[in-house]
Formats: sequence, C-alpha cells, structure tokens
Amino acid sequence: MSGTQIFHDHPVDLAYRARWWSGRLVIYAILILWTVICLFPIYWTITTSFKTAPDVMKGNLIPFWDFTPKWLGWRSLGLSPDTWGQESTVRAEFLKRFTNSAIVALGASSLAVILGSCAAYGLSRFSYRFGFMRNPDISFFFLSQLILPPVVLALPFLVLYKELDLLDTRIGLILLYTLTVLPIVIWIMRDQFQSIPVELEEAALVDGLSVWGAFLTIVLPIALPGMVAAFILSLTLTWNEYFFAALLTSTEAKTLPVMLASQTGSQGINWWAMAALATAAILPLVIIGILLERYIIRGMAAGAVK
Amino acid sequence: MSAGRHDMGDRLHVVFEDRIAPWRRRLGAVLVWGGAAVMVAVFALLALGRFGLIALDVPNWRPALYAYLAWAVAFCTAQVLTRGERGKRALFILPAVLFVVAMVVFPLIFAVAIALSDWNLSSLSGPRFNGLDNFRQMLSDPFYWNAMRNMLWYTGMISVEYVIAFGLALILAGQIRARKFFRVAFLLPLMLSPVAVSWMVGKSMLEVRFGPVARLARELGWERPSFFGDPLIARLTIEAMDAWTYIPFMMIMLLAGLQAIPRELTEAAEVDGASAWRRFWEVTFPLMLPVSITAILIRIIFKLKLADIIINVTSGGPGGATDSVTSFIFREYRDRSNVGYGTLLALVYLVVIVVAITVFMKLVDRWMNPRY
Repeated sequence: MSGTQIFHDHPVDLAYRARWWSGRLVIYAILILWTVICLFPIYWTITTSFKTAPDVMKGNLIPFWDFTPKWLGWRSLGLSPDTWGQESTVRAEFLKRFTNSAIVALGASSLAVILGSCAAYGLSRFSYRFGFMRNPDISFFFLSQLILPPVVLALPFLVLYKELDLLDTRIGLILLYTLTVLPIVIWIMRDQFQSIPVELEEAALVDGLSVWGAFLTIVLPIALPGMVAAFILSLTLTWNEYFFAALLTSTEAKTLPVMLASQTGSQGINWWAMAALATAAILPLVIIGILLERYIIRGMAAGAVK
Repeated sequence: MSAGRHDMGDRLHVVFEDRIAPWRRRLGAVLVWGGAAVMVAVFALLALGRFGLIALDVPNWRPALYAYLAWAVAFCTAQVLTRGERGKRALFILPAVLFVVAMVVFPLIFAVAIALSDWNLSSLSGPRFNGLDNFRQMLSDPFYWNAMRNMLWYTGMISVEYVIAFGLALILAGQIRARKFFRVAFLLPLMLSPVAVSWMVGKSMLEVRFGPVARLARELGWERPSFFGDPLIARLTIEAMDAWTYIPFMMIMLLAGLQAIPRELTEAAEVDGASAWRRFWEVTFPLMLPVSITAILIRIIFKLKLADIIINVTSGGPGGATDSVTSFIFREYRDRSNVGYGTLLALVYLVVIVVAITVFMKLVDRWMNPRY
C-alpha cells in the first residue's frame, strides 16, 4: 500500500496551487513593503530622539543592538527623567505650546461638532426656505466652504484680527479652525442622521417631547459614534494645522507645529532634539490613531458609500 | 459632493398648531430691528471715533464683534418668538449659518477691498486704493504663473496616488491575515502633522549625508543622492511626501466603497468564467466610479491647499520649481509684507479653483448620466 499513490493531483490543479501561492506571496510582500513605508519614518523619528551624534552619523538603526539609547534629545527639551525635577525654560516653552495646541484643537473641534451636528440634523430632517435658499442650497453653502483655500482668508483675517485685537490669541485661532473643519463635520453628521430612522423621533414627539427634546435625548445618543468620528477628524486637522497659526500667532498663542517649524530653520544638526520635539508633536495623534482607528475610518467612509 | 442627491432622505413631518400671539410678533420685531439698530450705532460710533471725528478713544473694533454676537442672539430668540415651532426648527441651522456668514462672507468682501489697494503692512502709510494695478502686476509675474503650473502638475499626480490607493484598498478588502494591523499601520501617516513630516522625512531621512534614504540610495548605486537639487526630482520628492500623508485618506474611502459592493456580483461574474482582470474592469471598477470621484474630488480640494511641507522643506526652491500657489503667497506676505498684492493673488486663485471644480463636476455629471 505504502508508496503507491492512488490519487494524483491533476497538473492543472497543481499549477493552480502554485499560482495561488505566488499570488499570496506577492500580496504579502506588497503589504509588508507598504507597512515599512508607513511606519519607518515614525520609527526613525522616535529612535533618533534617543541617539547621540556618533549614532546619527553612523546611521545606527536598532536600539540596544547597534546603539545604546541615551536621553540626550529629551534632556534638551527638559523632559528626560534626570531633568524632570529641575527648572527648565525649554520645557516651559514646550509645555506652553503643547497646551496652546491642545486647547485650540479641542476647543475648535468641540465648537465645530456642536454647530455642525445641529445644522446637519436640521438639514436632514426639516425643509427650510430662506428666500431662494432651500435645503440643497444651504447644504451646498456649507460644503462649498471646503473649496475655499486657506490662503484666501489668511490675509484678510490678519488685518481683521489686528483690528479686533484677536491677533495672537487662542480664541481667534479657535474661531478660524472651527470654520475650516465645520464643512467636514456637517458632511459626516448629515450622513449619520440620515441613517437614523425618522420614526424614532415621531414616536418621541407623540410622547410629548419637543423637537429639541427629541434631538437631545433620543437622536444624539444614537449618533454618538458619528460625532466621535467627526470630532477625531477635526482634532487631527486642527492639531496639525500650521498655515494660519504661522500667520496669526507670534508669542502668546503660538502652537506646537509653529514651534517645530521655527526649530527646523537651523540646518538640523541637533537631530536628537528635533526628533524628540517631533515625537512629542506626533505622539498624541499616533496614540489616538491606534486606539480609535475604527472611528476615524468610519468618519472618512461616511459619504463615500451611498 | 452633489448636495442635492443626498437630500432626499426622510423628513420629519409633524402637524402642529401654532397661533402666535400678537405681542410675541411685536416683541420679536423689536428684538431684531432694535438689535440691528444697536449694532449699526456701535459700528457708526466706532468708525467716527476711529477716524477722529468725535472724541472717543477706540483702541480696537472688538465692541463691533460683541454687537454682532448680541444681534445674533436677539435674532435667534426672535425667530422662536415670532415663528413658534418653525422658529425652533430654524434654530438648528441658524447658529452655523450666522457663524459662517460672519467668518467667510464678511472677510471675503473685505478681501476684495484689500486686493484693490496697495497695502504694505510694514510701511506706516495705510492702504491706498490703486484699482487694478495689482491685477496688472499679477499678469506679468512669472513666479505666480510658475506656481500655478506647479499646482496643475501636483494635481495631475493625484492620478498616481489614486492608483496606489486603489491597489492598497483592493488588497485590504481581499482575504488577508492581520487585516486590522495593516489598516492601522496604513492609516498612521494621515495622523501626522505636515510640519512634523517635513522634518522627519524632508530634513532628516532625506539628508544627503546621514539620512537613511540617502544611504539606501547610495547602496542602490546613486552615487551622490540629492533630493532637492534638480527641479524635477525636488518636485517629485515634495509630491511623494504629500502623497505619503494623504494616500491613506483615499485608500479608506475606496475601501469603504469596495466593502459596500455586494459579493454576489463578483461571484456571479466568477461563475460565468470571467478572469480576475475582467471581473475588476467590468464589475468592480464601474461600481466604484461614484466613490472614486468623491475621493478624487476631496483629494483635489486638499491638494489645492498644499503649502506646509513646501514652506518648511524647500521654501519653493530650487528656482520656484516646487512652489505651490499658497506657499508663494505666504512668502510674498512674510518677506515683503505685501498684503494687497497677496490677497489679489489669493482671490484669483479662488476664482480659478471655483471655475475648475465646477467644470470638473459638470463634466463628471455629464459623463455619469449621459443624456441622449
């Protein structure tokens, strides 16, 4: 019995299996290649913040194997363990910029989500008429703000804010950032509300709730995942914004990206310090991205599928 | 972003009885018109004080902002008072409308005024009306037109980004292991700030002596790698960095589209004996057209704002080869404080964009819904 094979794979099937395996191989090769492309810059920045000058020049890549991590970069920011207890002007400066960025990004995203959710709900449920403007026109009015390049508003706002005494203030930035993310929020939220059956509110209204009562107590809790998605997308865009911040802030309200950009001017020999700063600037969003990836994808997929 | 198509969703229809008492109407009218009168009065007072016509010290125009806010609140209250249930509904969109009008419409009108004047913020003499001089200057400004051509080139490169994003989306939608890991990894570049990317990639990884990419290039036989010396290579490098951050965006939209395609369709094609290639071109791709167009349109809109990386890595060099319109205007302002000319350039850019996108959408509409 043993040694004689009764059933033979047909040559066509064998060829098919070979093709299948090579197909798999190519697919995983592409996936791994692209993963490296996506992650290597992040890895490089984080590891460089622990390098010393010789490590940088020799191009050492793997910590503990070809170089010993040092706190050099973080020390120059005042953020390494041994400098933590001491007074540090660099750290104070960094923390100030970090706080500015956080306040501006959180403030603008919250405001945009509040204004945008209300507007999106109204547009998805009621028929409006303001003069010649009907619902599609109003929607278009909001969404068309997306086309407006920031540079068109930048210089008028510079002059206006100067007159209004809003230049170099966080509230000024918050207002402007709210404007830039509002269309995106409205777009995502309108999609959210349209997927909620209108019967829910009808039942609530029959039970004696007002429109606003039904909106706040029935609809909003259901639409919460969409709101989280819109909030995170807004947070990403506002935390990373550089153009307006560079023009409209100087000493008080300067945000993290502006601080980062002002350091790159000197031809980056102080690599470890720059890497530490860049790491600190990207880390909050990288963590959010890893933890809340589901919501981000959901937000961006909104409107893609109808 | 066809606004009209999606607006046909369910509407909330409620029958309500609203008898508005006359006093409510009167109070509402008083609020709206009274508020408006107060606002105008504040504006007038500020203007008079500002230009020294009355003895009033006006450090800034901030009171005008408060007056507008107060009027907006009065207007919203009046809506509820005079229109009852209908007013409560209007209250959903009114805050957003008033906000956008104040933040966009008003500054845009202001922008037109600035664009028609010669205004240098660093000089002490304020704005001076100079009609169409800025426009004439623009027509003969080679750097502006160079930046426009570059924008056209950058926008054209979206087709390459689209192909890569589509390929990745197809792989992610297929049967693979560790899908979640790959999805998170592919998404991460989108979360990074362009300024951080400029340093991480543009200034350190591409650094010609120690940067890992330069090392790799040397290993591969490019003896003296230089990423920002040659105009075309510099532009490609900038484009690659921008693409790196935004490919995840298109990829995720396309992935959502792919996952929404009913499996039966491709399976039916497979049963009918269609090859993978034909299944893609004759089933998947046509079904993906609407999603693709939305993704490309949004990508174009984001691409037109491209500036941060250019400002931080090349400042438009070498010789303006990598300049985008936004980065050019940014330098026009920062180096020369030329507010009037910069604003005119920006407005022309806006007009070009609006015309181009309208034409694009019309063409797409014509192509997707042919009329015979």
